[in-house]
Amino acid sequence: MTTVTSPLAEVAASAASLRRFLRGLPGVDQVGAEQRAAMLASRSIKTDSKRQAIDLAIRMIDLTTLEGQDTPGKVRSLCAKARHPDPSDPTCPQVAAICVYPDLVPVAVAELRGSGIHTASVASGFPSGRTSLEVKLEDTRNAVAAGADEVDMVIDRGAFLAGDYLKVYEQIAAIKQAAGTAHLKVILETGELATYDNVRRASWLAMLAGGDFIKTSTGKVAPAATLPVTMIMLEAVRDFRAATGKQIGVKPAGGIRTAKDAIRYLVTVNESAGPDWLEPDWFRFGASSLLNDLLLQRQRMATGHYSGPDYVTVD
Amino acid sequence: MRFDYAPAPESTAIVDIRPSYGLFINGEFTGGKDGSVFKTVNPATEEVLAEITAAGPSDVDSAVKAARVAYDKVWSRLKPAERGKYLFRIARIIAERSRELAVLESIDNGKPIRESRDVDIPLVSAHFFYYAGWADKLSYAGFGPDPKPLGVAAQVIPWNFPLLMLAWKIAPALACGNTVVLKPAETTPLTALAFAEICQQADLPPGVVNIVTGAGDTGRTLVEHAGVDKVAFTGSTEVGKAIARSVAGTPKKVTLELGGKAANIVFDDAPVDQAVEGIVNGIFFNQGHVCCAGSRLLVQENAYDEVLDSLKRRLTTLRVGDPLDKNTDVGAINSAAQLEKIRELSQVGESEGAQRWSPPCELPDRGFWFAPTLFTDVTQAHRIAREEIFGPVLSILTFRTPAEAVEKANNTPYGLSAGVWTEKGSRILSMANKLRAGVVWANTFNKFDPTSPFGGYKESGYGREGGRHGLEAYLNV
Repeated sequence: MTTVTSPLAEVAASAASLRRFLRGLPGVDQVGAEQRAAMLASRSIKTDSKRQAIDLAIRMIDLTTLEGQDTPGKVRSLCAKARHPDPSDPTCPQVAAICVYPDLVPVAVAELRGSGIHTASVASGFPSGRTSLEVKLEDTRNAVAAGADEVDMVIDRGAFLAGDYLKVYEQIAAIKQAAGTAHLKVILETGELATYDNVRRASWLAMLAGGDFIKTSTGKVAPAATLPVTMIMLEAVRDFRAATGKQIGVKPAGGIRTAKDAIRYLVTVNESAGPDWLEPDWFRFGASSLLNDLLLQRQRMATGHYSGPDYVTVD
Repeated sequence: MRFDYAPAPESTAIVDIRPSYGLFINGEFTGGKDGSVFKTVNPATEEVLAEITAAGPSDVDSAVKAARVAYDKVWSRLKPAERGKYLFRIARIIAERSRELAVLESIDNGKPIRESRDVDIPLVSAHFFYYAGWADKLSYAGFGPDPKPLGVAAQVIPWNFPLLMLAWKIAPALACGNTVVLKPAETTPLTALAFAEICQQADLPPGVVNIVTGAGDTGRTLVEHAGVDKVAFTGSTEVGKAIARSVAGTPKKVTLELGGKAANIVFDDAPVDQAVEGIVNGIFFNQGHVCCAGSRLLVQENAYDEVLDSLKRRLTTLRVGDPLDKNTDVGAINSAAQLEKIRELSQVGESEGAQRWSPPCELPDRGFWFAPTLFTDVTQAHRIAREEIFGPVLSILTFRTPAEAVEKANNTPYGLSAGVWTEKGSRILSMANKLRAGVVWANTFNKFDPTSPFGGYKESGYGREGGRHGLEAYLNV
């Protein structure tokens, strides 16, 4: 078994103790959670705060391309966009990271050198996670060796839903070790976990096993990120910090397309986990199309006019 | 990083407040014959909004007479489906004018626009729609094949949900074929007067709805008027008792919706985050100006620290201030007098040895404000655990076993509502059976719906409003 030095490591001493711990977490009432999220989504964010929120959201983006048809050329153009999201406005901040498949990591690393933008790679048999642990570890090592400083792994949902929490735990811990100093983002694929209780349990499982970030989705399964799910995960990182002193980041991914949506997520961060999470180190958006809407809104706020899709770059 | 929300004020341009208002009698606004005038103020700014007429005895008499004539000549003779049409029309107009009514309600009452816009006004319209549907189906309501109306209803409503309480009273009364004389609270008459305009807009026959404004004297005159057949009152237990005494021995029928001191019971297996939301919604909704507010929190002892920590953290994110800001969670206290009462009872709580806590929050300089407040170390013997405070003040007590929770929850002169928080369905059902309260909410709090009856046990009054049960109060059964 892999040894980890994470807080509360003793709860993973056996399959039974881990199961007891996770099932002992407070439940989530679906109706209440969704009402709370709906209330947070109804906050009215006006000009000054909106300006601040849009720039923050841009700084939090993991600009992502995860398609079978990705090419080095596409990744290069995405990297250029990450550096200068709005070529017409030098005050526009750059994004947090580029997120690509492992084989494209070298391209991204070369393009982003010196920019301070991180390179994230989905390793570990993305998106289903249904390969052997050896393959996942090798996948992770390759990505890190190629220069990725952030690894987005998927959990084994089959094992999780079967109640084999220890298997999931050990895989996360092993991949964390294989990732070395790279930041580990653990994708829960909440759309396949089905209940909020499971989302909370999987969040804690990932944090206990040493994940640095918990992430909602691969983007390949519907529903991907939703506001209530993200809120439950934010509550989990908040409670985890209160219990262990260790702060974990949260990354909703997939389906967040508009500036309005992004602002709703920021409001939820602000009022559930708290303002400590309002930094790119602790909250990220996994998105590709969100950036353009943020840029259009940003241009509108600067000029007072709406422009059109031809005034932002396509990837 | 700090993420402050810039002010998001709702525009007041949509409302048109007249400098002075008369009484609405027999379909028209008229000046008072023997009354005086008083002012209604915006509790968030203390600014005078309008001059209101206080109806004197002869004004009340005219209103009751108008209601009687309308009852005898028009409303009781109308085909039930025709009555329904008027109610549907009123419901639609309310929905159409919802933004205006929400802004007006927030200005006059001090409640956050978020609540008047998302809770009050939609429910007002829903109540009229619901009872409009009953108007021609009364023979299927379970009160006999052809239940008859009572006649003229005298209705007196409070200031906490001005238009919603009006809807709870007027919609079932009209659906059943009664005519009404309604007196809104003296601090919040504006939406009732706007409703009078809506009655005109709906071409409601004159006299079916009459609105007389004024304070306690006007209410007393109305309730004691020999020409009324039915009295419906929502308000304090003290006034309710006086009304019960005054109508005793008369043929008048009475329903009373009075005070409460509801227990909100949180078990150790509760969904904590949602329970905390429910506690907040239970006592800080509408500044705690809710008769069914969950003002006594009973937490299972082994979950006490966790719940209290979460609750305190949550309260630091409550936004107190301008009721017209769309991001405000807690608005202004309705009147200086009410603010004084809340201050006084909170002082009593401290002097009895309970620990007082409020989140850091800046209150505006002008207007009537009270920060959300918690009291811990409270026992059943404390006055703050027994008396209704009617403000954003929560008393927190503990219990060890379900039996103790039931015993403490029921150990109150009131019995309007209760809440139970647990993941265990069987426990919810067993608690609901044992709690002596008209409404028991499970894993939620302060939820209202026109189809659901509402009313209390013991000193919380008698009779039910809402739902099929709400018809009974306006039918001769």
